[in-house]
Amino acid sequence: MPGKIQVTAIVNGEKREFLCQPFQTLLEVLRDEFKLTGTKEGCGNGNCGACSVILNGLLVNSCMVLAAETQGGCIETIEGLQTSQGLHPLQQAFLENASLQCGICTPGFIMAAKALLDKKPRATEGEIRHWCAGNLCRCTGYDKIVRAILDAESRMALQG
Amino acid sequence: MSSITAPAREFKVIGTRPIRHDGEDKVTGRAVYGADVQLPGMLQGKVLRSPHAHARIISIDTRRAEALEGVKAVVTAADLPDPGDRTANLGELGEVPLKYLCRNVLASGKTLYHGHAVAAVAATTPQIAEEALKLIEVEYEVLPPVMDVLRAMRGEPALLHDDLFMDEMGEKSSKPGNVASHQRYQKGDLSKGFAAADHTLEREYRCATVHQGYIEPHAATAMWNADGQVTLWCTTQGPFSMRGAVHQILGIPLSRLRVIPTEIGGGFGGKIPTYGEPVAALLSRKSRRPVKVVMNRAEVFMGTGPTSGSYVKLKMGVSKEGRITAAEATLIYEAGAFPGSIVAVGGICMFAPYNIENTTIDMYDVVVNKPKTAAYRAPGAPNSEFATECLIDEFCEILRMDPLEFRLKNAAKEGDVQSHGVPHAKIGYIETLQAAQRSEHYQSKLTGPNRGRGVASGYWINAGLTSSATARVNGDGTVTLSEGSVDIGGTRTSIAMQLAEALGISAQDVIPSVADTDSIGYTEVTGGSRVTFATGWAAYEAAQSIKRQMREHAAEVWKVSPDKVTYQDALLRVEGDGSRQITFKELARGLYEKGVDVGARATVTPKGVGGAYATHIADVEVDPETGKVTILRYTAVQDAGRAIHPSYVEGQMQGGVVQGVGWALNEEYVYNDAGQMLNASFLDYRMPTSLDLPMIETIIVEVPNPGHPYGVRGVGEVPIVPPQAAVANAIYRAVGVRLRDLPMSPPRVAKALEAKK
Repeated sequence: MPGKIQVTAIVNGEKREFLCQPFQTLLEVLRDEFKLTGTKEGCGNGNCGACSVILNGLLVNSCMVLAAETQGGCIETIEGLQTSQGLHPLQQAFLENASLQCGICTPGFIMAAKALLDKKPRATEGEIRHWCAGNLCRCTGYDKIVRAILDAESRMALQG
Repeated sequence: MSSITAPAREFKVIGTRPIRHDGEDKVTGRAVYGADVQLPGMLQGKVLRSPHAHARIISIDTRRAEALEGVKAVVTAADLPDPGDRTANLGELGEVPLKYLCRNVLASGKTLYHGHAVAAVAATTPQIAEEALKLIEVEYEVLPPVMDVLRAMRGEPALLHDDLFMDEMGEKSSKPGNVASHQRYQKGDLSKGFAAADHTLEREYRCATVHQGYIEPHAATAMWNADGQVTLWCTTQGPFSMRGAVHQILGIPLSRLRVIPTEIGGGFGGKIPTYGEPVAALLSRKSRRPVKVVMNRAEVFMGTGPTSGSYVKLKMGVSKEGRITAAEATLIYEAGAFPGSIVAVGGICMFAPYNIENTTIDMYDVVVNKPKTAAYRAPGAPNSEFATECLIDEFCEILRMDPLEFRLKNAAKEGDVQSHGVPHAKIGYIETLQAAQRSEHYQSKLTGPNRGRGVASGYWINAGLTSSATARVNGDGTVTLSEGSVDIGGTRTSIAMQLAEALGISAQDVIPSVADTDSIGYTEVTGGSRVTFATGWAAYEAAQSIKRQMREHAAEVWKVSPDKVTYQDALLRVEGDGSRQITFKELARGLYEKGVDVGARATVTPKGVGGAYATHIADVEVDPETGKVTILRYTAVQDAGRAIHPSYVEGQMQGGVVQGVGWALNEEYVYNDAGQMLNASFLDYRMPTSLDLPMIETIIVEVPNPGHPYGVRGVGEVPIVPPQAAVANAIYRAVGVRLRDLPMSPPRVAKALEAKK
């Protein structure tokens, strides 16, 4: 086995140092090292989006990013979304619109939606459907997820 | 647009839309699913799988793997106890030979599908476990794969089992074969029925093998203590059925096995069987450490599920007035590597929407070199009802009849005798057709080239079965509710709401949780659309007991007889005495302060199951060049009996529709000539994405089920039944080609369009 690599990154606003193997993915480090198991593994090859996180402002499948690549980077996961003020408007909108059934895809969807709204706060239904096509949900048929994201846009617009 | 067609409401909680109790855990990432379980000293397990669809195992040598540093245990089928000729009782799924159950968990003698588990390793890291798998030497004698049910029935090109003798309507065959069973439902007189027909058509329909496609892979963690106590944490639809299966496979006493269900990331029937759980337990016994076995996506596709691919032949006769006079069907379903497809339920459902006097249905369960099939949402029904609903559309065309009108003319109602001889209870099929007719969608005009509108209906039988709940009144007047059903889609809340309704308290004042097998009474699987119906009933019973106890306690305080105390809307009073009354909350506080425990438990096996009907309308557009089908608009109408939480009823309808659309248009197992699966990934096994779909409109019809205190019918499964035919019928009306093989993927549609030219 090759030696471990030392990495420093900001994880949900906190500076974290960790050691990882060169072949370890960001998903493995988040789940196994930091115990941030809200980020889920559905496929391990970038097809389902359950492991979506935001890296340096970009939406990524954390299973497709090597942990070592995050050196000096900034990582946002589902666990960092809730603040002392309460749930993020997306989280609240998912609850109120009954947008989750089994809930396994929910963290990935919320992170994907956050990455979209960070860039485009008034995305249309079509833009949301296009953006979220990398996140699979097998329970809801997407209807209530898309509605929740539209609802969150209104909530965030009101909050300013 | 969503709407509910319902009678006047007499409820306070039922029919409202509270936020689900487990919601915050699930939107914050705190909910613990199968793969999230962490135990001190835990090892990682990995499974070696067969590269061949059909092969004899000549030898397995695990010595090099065992010698690798970091490897703590290696197991093969040799570590399983000898199942002998015993049968295993799988509850809802009936009795099956235990040897088949064991061989599916770890292959012995032969591997019977690409991806069949052969051996497993536990190591300190997943990487070491994977390295060790490469060091296990298995010598195979490759045999010809049996992939097609019609050839398999003729014993071609090989037999899977030399000990499988067909059950021919109760008689055991003397020669082994690939047909496990042949059953028949017969009613009336077919020749008389066909003689009365003015139009008779016969068609063949095929469904590809498809997977449930839940996003969470299977995950099991086991700890086998030296004292013989075994604990399993797993993502399962049925902790009790899992306990039963593992107990029988491993020979562990039931009392020594505790199954703790984690949150479950989808199941759809595919998380009823056991796969990695006994393997994790064996690895733990050998290593004396907790072992977690998590599948990757390819393993899920190759080693679990899927549902039966099928061949259906259907002949139907119809009078010129549009009455179905006779129907004759042959259903041949893939069982996968071991007997036990759900073909018989496919037979029951096939004609259930219609009152047909003369029917015969022959059903064959056939083994092939594919994974052992598992239930998948309304298991068996989409395959058979696809045929019925497509053929009806051909008759509508011949007779120039509106497809909803034709269905209304033939619709089944209470008392009509079904194909398998059982009369219908109160059902709401006609109401779904009428609501579809009235819908804005059906009334609207669809215009434009290559566009068409199709309709189809569907039936699902629904299940009752045993469920348990316990409830305890807290000092602040809230009620803690434990229930035995794992919650896949919001059932903590739909059960809690029924308890709240019965007690006259709010849904938020009930605190529900899912219990493990040591902590609650026996509860059957979360399946058969039964949880809101049966476990809801258990909660209702627990509430009745709590009300009784509260009345008794109030009577004691007031020194009157309990039958003089009334309980309504969480207020207790002495009958005819306005001065003496106490709220549920006040009494709860008083009892708590006195140290009085008010609690109740209920276990029910309700019989009054209400079948579910749905009618769907699909508008599609077909790209004539590529054959790609786009869903333009979709409406699902369904009889929910009573929608406890309408948002989650809509969610079931929308989710079922979209799985059905995936089944209709894209999903299939693709195999090469060697029987190896070629598309075991979410990229190549093409499930619908948000981009593929419009909003899914829902119309909930409520024809209360008289067999339930609140009129509940199961809602989860029937919405997957109509989409395949609704889409096929829409494609025909768009471009004039009838597709009878699923999926209707772009190449198939393009080929059919080419042939039409």
